[in-house]
Amino acid sequence: MIDWFNNLGANTQFALFTAVKAVGAFAVLMTMVAYVVLVERRVCAFIQGRLGPNRAGPFGLLQPAADAVKAFFKEEVVPAHVRKVFYILAPAIALIPAILNLAVIPFGSTLGNPDNKMVLADLNVGILYVFGIVSLGVYSIVLAGYAANSKYPFLGGIRSSAQMISYEIAMGMSVIPIFLLVGDLNLSRIIEFQIGTVAWLPAWLPLPNWLVFQTPMTFLAFCIFLAAAFAETNRTPFDLPEAEQELAGGYNIEYSSIKFALFFMGEYAAMIIASCIMVTLFFGGWTLPWLGLDQPATTLIGGVLHIGIFLGKVFLFLLLFVWVRWMWPRFRYDQLMNLGWLRFIPLALANIVVTAVWLWWQAN
Amino acid sequence: MVTDILFYVFAIATLVFGALVVANPFSRNPVTSAMFLVLTIISMAGLFVLLHAFFLAAVQVLVYAGAVMVLFLFVIMLLDLKEEEQRKIKKTGLVAGLVSVGAIVAIFIRSLLASEPSRGLGDPQLEGSTFALGKLLFTDYLLPFEIVSLLLLVAMVGVILLSKKDLK
Repeated sequence: MIDWFNNLGANTQFALFTAVKAVGAFAVLMTMVAYVVLVERRVCAFIQGRLGPNRAGPFGLLQPAADAVKAFFKEEVVPAHVRKVFYILAPAIALIPAILNLAVIPFGSTLGNPDNKMVLADLNVGILYVFGIVSLGVYSIVLAGYAANSKYPFLGGIRSSAQMISYEIAMGMSVIPIFLLVGDLNLSRIIEFQIGTVAWLPAWLPLPNWLVFQTPMTFLAFCIFLAAAFAETNRTPFDLPEAEQELAGGYNIEYSSIKFALFFMGEYAAMIIASCIMVTLFFGGWTLPWLGLDQPATTLIGGVLHIGIFLGKVFLFLLLFVWVRWMWPRFRYDQLMNLGWLRFIPLALANIVVTAVWLWWQAN
Repeated sequence: MVTDILFYVFAIATLVFGALVVANPFSRNPVTSAMFLVLTIISMAGLFVLLHAFFLAAVQVLVYAGAVMVLFLFVIMLLDLKEEEQRKIKKTGLVAGLVSVGAIVAIFIRSLLASEPSRGLGDPQLEGSTFALGKLLFTDYLLPFEIVSLLLLVAMVGVILLSKKDLK
């Protein structure tokens, strides 16, 4: 087995490794989507003093499988008044951005071999790629709203396109201070910049040197990015496109069975990718500053440990997403727009200027 | 080899989708046209990647496909689409369109004939690095860069002026 592999050319080995990594990352993403839904339902139930789904398997762990079977075998109703092509296209587009973004996220260091990094495509413009793909996510909701050819989905689609464009600007501007500090758009470089412990605390207080802790400017950048991430993934308190009480579900009203489930999966996949990006940009990616865990792994166990650390951090962010949803009321639409345009964008712009001036002052 | 195949795939996709934006035999729906324009833009981003201009490709998708076209869709959805679908093609519009396309094709063919395709382009100097691009923009091409930003500023001021209800 190993001999056969070693006999292959370097290019073939690389292609094979990449294919295996791609399939593995995709499988982990899909499993996480299924289980985040379960976590959401259980946590929501605990917050509301209920038990939540606990019948299928131990602790309800087989519930995602039951849900999937249900979604596939439900009768699919296609209303007569929809625009067919867009109606079928919209749910398919819902999942694509999240899967494409998986390609640039460094989810681990190496598995012992330093030539084989645990990232599918180590792009020089990594974060721009992420923003480009994220900005395509809005099409699924807009097209769903348009294809449904009825009032509530249409309102949901219009709302969401305005909301996502507005918060994309805040999101893009909030990370510019990070790039001013790091001097690179490559996500692996950004992780390298965050190893060790912070310089402004005494050595006996080992706070990680993650960008969120490094300076007040990066902390502010993280806060803006976090709020914008909630808006971009259409989660409470910014879930205006699907506000159940006023739009009866918004863009997905006319959908049933697996098409509806695809929108659902798209939302959770987007949440997972947003968490991955926040972990990478602000929370040190796969690193931990203690026990030498901030250096690329030299053994298989170390590599797996790094992937575990990354997934653990992502999971904490997902818990935050879920927790906020069941704790916070929804913003009104004008409040949402005011917050985006009149608070976050000026704040992000000021943050860029302050960071630039600070760097210039330090350089002198 | 693979690059050549990808080039033809993206080039043909760009041309076909571009044609479908303006002359779609199956549908005269403006939303369909807008979606084909998105596909055209994405295939063009693919061509940029083949030229090693990763930054340009990412910005192309981010700005045009992600922001400009979403605004297009936003406006199209607020129009009366039934009226739009029944609109007749005007003769003057058709003639003007054909003449301008013909002029562009003529310029294109002339410059193609004047160039030496066998010489090739040489190695790309930027390799998609944002650092090099920024340096060029702020040194050699500072004046055009500033003029473009002034143009954008004028557009922004104009929009604010137009959308203000009472000018006081």
